[in-house]
Amino acid sequence: MSLLPWTIYLSFAGALACTFGGARSAQVARWIALGTTGITWLITLVAAVGFEPAPAMVTLVDVPWIASIGAHYRLAVDGISLALLVLTGLAATTGVLFSWNISDRAGGYFGLYLTLIGGVYGVFLSTDAFLFFVFYEIAIVPKYFLIARWGSTNREYGAMKLVLYSFAGSALVLAGLLWAHATAGGTSFGLDELAFAAARFSRLEQLGMFALLFTGFAVLAGMFPFHTWAPTGHVAAPTAASMLLAGVVMKLGAYGCLRVAMALFPTGLEFWQPTIAWLAVIGIVYAGLVALVQDDFKFVIGYSSVSHMGFVLLGLAAANERALSGAVLQMFSHGVIAGLLFAVVGRLVYDRTHTRRLADLRAMPLHRLMPWAAGVFVIAGLASMGMPGFSGFPAELAILVGAWQVSPVWALAAASGVLVAAAFTLRAMQVCFFGKAGIDEVSDAPVHPYEPITLPEKVGTVLLVAATLLIGLHPDLLFDWILPSLQSPLMQGTLIGGAP
Amino acid sequence: MPLLTLIVFLPWIGAAFVALLPGRQARGVSLAFSLGTLLLGALLVARGWQDGAAGPEFATVIESRSWIEALGVRYTLGADALSAMLVILTGILSPICLLAAWEVEKGGRGFRALFLLLQGSALGVFLAQDFFLWFVFWELSLVPAFFLIRIWGGAGGARAAYQFFVYTMGGSAFLLFGFAAVYAAMGTADFQSIPADLLAQRLDGLVSGRLSAVPWATLAFLGILLGFAVKAPLFPFHTWMPVTYAEAPAPVSMFLTAIMSKMGVYGFLRILVPLFPAEVQAAAPVLTGLALAGVLAGAFAALVQKDLRRMLAYSSLNHVGYCLLALFVGFLPGQNAYVGTPGILLQMFNHGLSAAALFYLVGILEARSGGRRGLKDFGGLRSVAPVFAGITGVAMFSSLGLPGLNGFVGEFLIFVSVFRGAPWVAAAATLALLATAIFLLTFYQRVFHGPKGDVAQAGFADLSRREILTLAPLVALMLLLGLWPQALLQLINLWILPVP
Repeated sequence: MSLLPWTIYLSFAGALACTFGGARSAQVARWIALGTTGITWLITLVAAVGFEPAPAMVTLVDVPWIASIGAHYRLAVDGISLALLVLTGLAATTGVLFSWNISDRAGGYFGLYLTLIGGVYGVFLSTDAFLFFVFYEIAIVPKYFLIARWGSTNREYGAMKLVLYSFAGSALVLAGLLWAHATAGGTSFGLDELAFAAARFSRLEQLGMFALLFTGFAVLAGMFPFHTWAPTGHVAAPTAASMLLAGVVMKLGAYGCLRVAMALFPTGLEFWQPTIAWLAVIGIVYAGLVALVQDDFKFVIGYSSVSHMGFVLLGLAAANERALSGAVLQMFSHGVIAGLLFAVVGRLVYDRTHTRRLADLRAMPLHRLMPWAAGVFVIAGLASMGMPGFSGFPAELAILVGAWQVSPVWALAAASGVLVAAAFTLRAMQVCFFGKAGIDEVSDAPVHPYEPITLPEKVGTVLLVAATLLIGLHPDLLFDWILPSLQSPLMQGTLIGGAP
Repeated sequence: MPLLTLIVFLPWIGAAFVALLPGRQARGVSLAFSLGTLLLGALLVARGWQDGAAGPEFATVIESRSWIEALGVRYTLGADALSAMLVILTGILSPICLLAAWEVEKGGRGFRALFLLLQGSALGVFLAQDFFLWFVFWELSLVPAFFLIRIWGGAGGARAAYQFFVYTMGGSAFLLFGFAAVYAAMGTADFQSIPADLLAQRLDGLVSGRLSAVPWATLAFLGILLGFAVKAPLFPFHTWMPVTYAEAPAPVSMFLTAIMSKMGVYGFLRILVPLFPAEVQAAAPVLTGLALAGVLAGAFAALVQKDLRRMLAYSSLNHVGYCLLALFVGFLPGQNAYVGTPGILLQMFNHGLSAAALFYLVGILEARSGGRRGLKDFGGLRSVAPVFAGITGVAMFSSLGLPGLNGFVGEFLIFVSVFRGAPWVAAAATLALLATAIFLLTFYQRVFHGPKGDVAQAGFADLSRREILTLAPLVALMLLLGLWPQALLQLINLWILPVP
């Protein structure tokens, strides 16, 4: 538990070590990155084993930082952040495994990568809004360089678009935070203190602050209509960066919505609830339909991420115990599944066939040429379309049930999103891996025209598949952390959506 | 010993063995595991009978343990007489399908492993008593079926598999919507523990405010109805069926029509009617009309088919339609609900036997003629293949409902109950009997009589010993149940009807 802050420090130390120590040898950089991410993941797992679910946040560090504005360096953890910390560790470690082939300026690559990870850990741990914002910004900047330097298709455009959207979102967040801070008297940035003070703000102030903060964070969560950065950015990014972007960074946005915007301003949530829910539902269905007509395999996955994040936002909007716990579970689940999908598409398929156009892939009997990749994609695709047994299903079910209790219309619309998800996943699977599959092409003769799947890739895949299955079959593992956390004094206010 | 758990997972364990063992042993191993479920099913019947010996009932065997507490989900398997009958049917037909697939060489291991997965999922559907667990099996059954059709299917297999999957997933999405409502209202979805009146009351009270005027309980009912209507299928949701049955490999078509269509009927009996009796009652006139339309459309569409497989597919729509017809007529105003139950259950079992036999026989025709299955492609086969002709005749008359063979009693009981409830409907349905007689006899005449076609002239081998062995259990059961229907009715009559 008390080791958790070290996830941040170790990541930044690892970043430095990679940048300087790994400048000459890619091999050294890789191993430093793997060691760092592996150890930080281990720390989160150890913390998870010793974690006692309780309706309170456990403060880890609290020291005064900038006295003039009352900012503290305050880290704390509860079940919600712990679930996301474990996810970050997993995604970061597997991301390194899927970047094993990076040899061009590997030191710089892994340095930026670890900086990003450190920022993410920081966001999930901080309970001081100022500190939260600082880490949030730290997580954004490395993305630009990762995409612009190591990316593929249209990378400068993708990187620029992503960063501009992110900064625009941050600007809204900053404006909201400063406004709230000033109105509260300018003595503290602590979330608890702000929440306490916010209850006495005028209604108009609460609505305005909530709108600024929620919109700002929701940009990063890929909320319709601010989602367009996501597919473009994901497509342009190198594999591990797409895995992290979709898997973890989008969660930063959703986490900010929950932990800051909703926790501070329940009144604002109540007012904006229908708007958010409708935007979420539109995102689910619209992004799914767009994914259905994409010709670039990575765009299909990119839009599917937006669609899945729509479920998270719907869960947040429904704002009762079921839906919120489902939303957090969906954050975890989508982090794993999106990681897996991007790994298959970016690393296993694109790096070997050098094309992502479905029209080209159709002509290759990939299920035979790379059965491992095909098998993994089938599993990931099933998980992504919400097949029961995988982590997406309990999450989406909880969100649907929660939404039903607030407004069945949302549940109905979201359920049709499940159908769309099945359609586009299946289409991508058919076209890409089984484009030319018939009994005549099935033969037992081994064919190896492509570079075989390497050990790090296999290990990464197995870790991710195991995680989605484990949570799919035993979601109580995470529910047991999340549900008590929703009862903490800070989070309790978010439960406005009606009785469970 | 957890008998039910063993029944469900035995085929899956078998699938793992088949996948791991060398290819040559796959046939025998898959057959052994598949047959194993029949033995366990017999054990189940014996146990239910024995435990219930004190009274005139089949003691429900239940296995239950806690699973996902956060969602109110338990791992509950249960078997009453209905489930036991379907377990037996699956246990009889699956090994027969595997025998029918004896000659599948290419990718044979994959075929058999997928088939065992399919069998296990079907058994899970018949035994699971909690929606979450049930839905796991319901959805997972699609996956092996998809790949079996996709990879080993005919020329149109790709389209058929996609259509089959998306249609069924579409039904499932709305099923999920309906079940989310049940969860939201009850906090659990254990089929047995939900009293219908309480459910109706809670569903009505679930939504407050502006939207409360919308009949949400009815919409939840419609969602669940749609899921089963696609699977069974109920007219007009059958359009996926002819293509799928025609393009799937013959052993898979056998399983789809014999077992998977029963999953839909089972869903009506086990879930929809007990949970929503009032809605079923209100919708009974419409549902009866649709079932009648299915009965007629199936028979008359079969009459004009030139493709034997499609003819049988439509004939299945017709036969499953009888089950649904008898079910819905019972809910017409003034009728005694469940009056048709014995006939429905008998028909489910008997249709499984005869339809599977017919699909197998047409499959043999195809295999020996280089894939031809047109009504006019054959002729004069009786003189070259008398045994083949004889067995086809038996299966055909069984399907037609000739007294003395198994089909008769079930259809007779169904007609009696339908006639009591709605004489005009029964009168209209007899037209379908007539059409069935015409198309089956046309089939027989065109294929077996008349001048020898080129297939017969080229030398059409009669049934091999293995083929006779495959068909023997089916023919034996047709005769046995025709002469002594009591054997099955004894079990069926032990089904404790849900309280209407």
